[in-house]
Amino acid sequence: MHALVDQFFNVAIMAQAMPIMLRGLGWTLVLCAVAVPCSFLAGVLIAVLGTVRFAPVRWLMVIYVDLLRSIPPLVLLILVAAALPFAGIRLSPFAAVLLALTLNASSFYGEIVRAGIESIGTGQWHAARSTGLSYAQSLVHVILPQALRNVLPDLASNTLEVIKLTALASVVSFQELLYSADMARSVTYNSSPITLAALIYLIFLWPLVRLIGRLEHGVKA
Amino acid sequence: MDGGAAFVDAFFKPALIARYAPEIVSGVGQTILIASTIVLTGLVLGVTLALIRSLRLPIATVMIVIFADVLRAVPPLVFVLLVYFGLPNVGVTLSAFAVLWLVLSLVLAAFVEEIVWAGITSVAKGQWDAARSTGLNFATTLRDVILPQALRLSIPPLTSRTIAITKNTALGSVIGVPEILNQATSAVSFSGNATPLMMGAIAYVVLFLPVVIFGRWVETRFAWRRA
Repeated sequence: MHALVDQFFNVAIMAQAMPIMLRGLGWTLVLCAVAVPCSFLAGVLIAVLGTVRFAPVRWLMVIYVDLLRSIPPLVLLILVAAALPFAGIRLSPFAAVLLALTLNASSFYGEIVRAGIESIGTGQWHAARSTGLSYAQSLVHVILPQALRNVLPDLASNTLEVIKLTALASVVSFQELLYSADMARSVTYNSSPITLAALIYLIFLWPLVRLIGRLEHGVKA
Repeated sequence: MDGGAAFVDAFFKPALIARYAPEIVSGVGQTILIASTIVLTGLVLGVTLALIRSLRLPIATVMIVIFADVLRAVPPLVFVLLVYFGLPNVGVTLSAFAVLWLVLSLVLAAFVEEIVWAGITSVAKGQWDAARSTGLNFATTLRDVILPQALRLSIPPLTSRTIAITKNTALGSVIGVPEILNQATSAVSFSGNATPLMMGAIAYVVLFLPVVIFGRWVETRFAWRRA
């Protein structure tokens, strides 16, 4: 029991690791603050392009969404970080992570928003257009607000996934929370920094997990 | 060498494709093996936890809720590193395969428990009352009346979640499970060429694209039509 506490809950080591882990947490927050809006906006764009009249564009969006959903995010990240340099494209770890996350998450957001748009009856389109709104105006002022509200639980749940995916950045040596924790672990030969990282993720994400649960129930009621 | 030939040479070099095909194929085998054990364990454990929760025993419920919330809130890679590097220091040594199986099965179980539980609670209370009033006991009511309705409702989210967790088998490459990504990245460092990585990516697409398309079909097939 003592060995277990010493290996996973060593407070002295946690305190020692705290400064670099807080710096790591800062980078995790920066990454989230950029990656979530980027991938959400890209997803909305993909979903909207999926509704256009010109069929090849629609097919292209389906191919994008299904292809990117079938490649594990870590594989995408390794492709961007390790394969692109062979084409002469060298991205910083931050840019590589941002690109990989956006490619992955935009496909999921796109699929969710598309379902949202499809949940809006064509009557809404006809009504909006007949009042003289243009296609774009109908979309922005009539369709999307209702569509996004209908899929709010799925959007929140995917956002949680995007935030959790930022931990993959540690694999390509981007110094976010998990990378910092793993550095501290390898220096101290003790897993308490990883436990601390888990606790920090929990503090930030538990409220989101609860919120998603409530959203899902709210929609059903 | 023109641009096209240079591209082929860096990303799709025929000699390297032939050289590393056996490794990638063996990686595919590992990925399928570990993914199927995770799906099996995660689904069985998750449904079991949801059933235990339906008994509404206070202590069990609290423990299940904490389990499900923690495993859903923390990135799986954190648990993989925690278990893989931490346990040997307290005298428990698990193989990388076992660690990946354990962590991802528990994560899947957490999501499955929540989805099935949401399904159970969404079945109207009148169904319980009606079933019990015809003389069915608790277990029979749950099995023959509630679960068939609850599971039908749960199938789309269960499918998409199972697919997502299955793709996380790529995390095994971080601790050296010889699955597709691991085989591909070590081949890249041996050959100094991106070809094995492209082969790995294509292997994932071949493996998961049908699953993703199946998931899309399931979602439309079992969609609960909202007016």
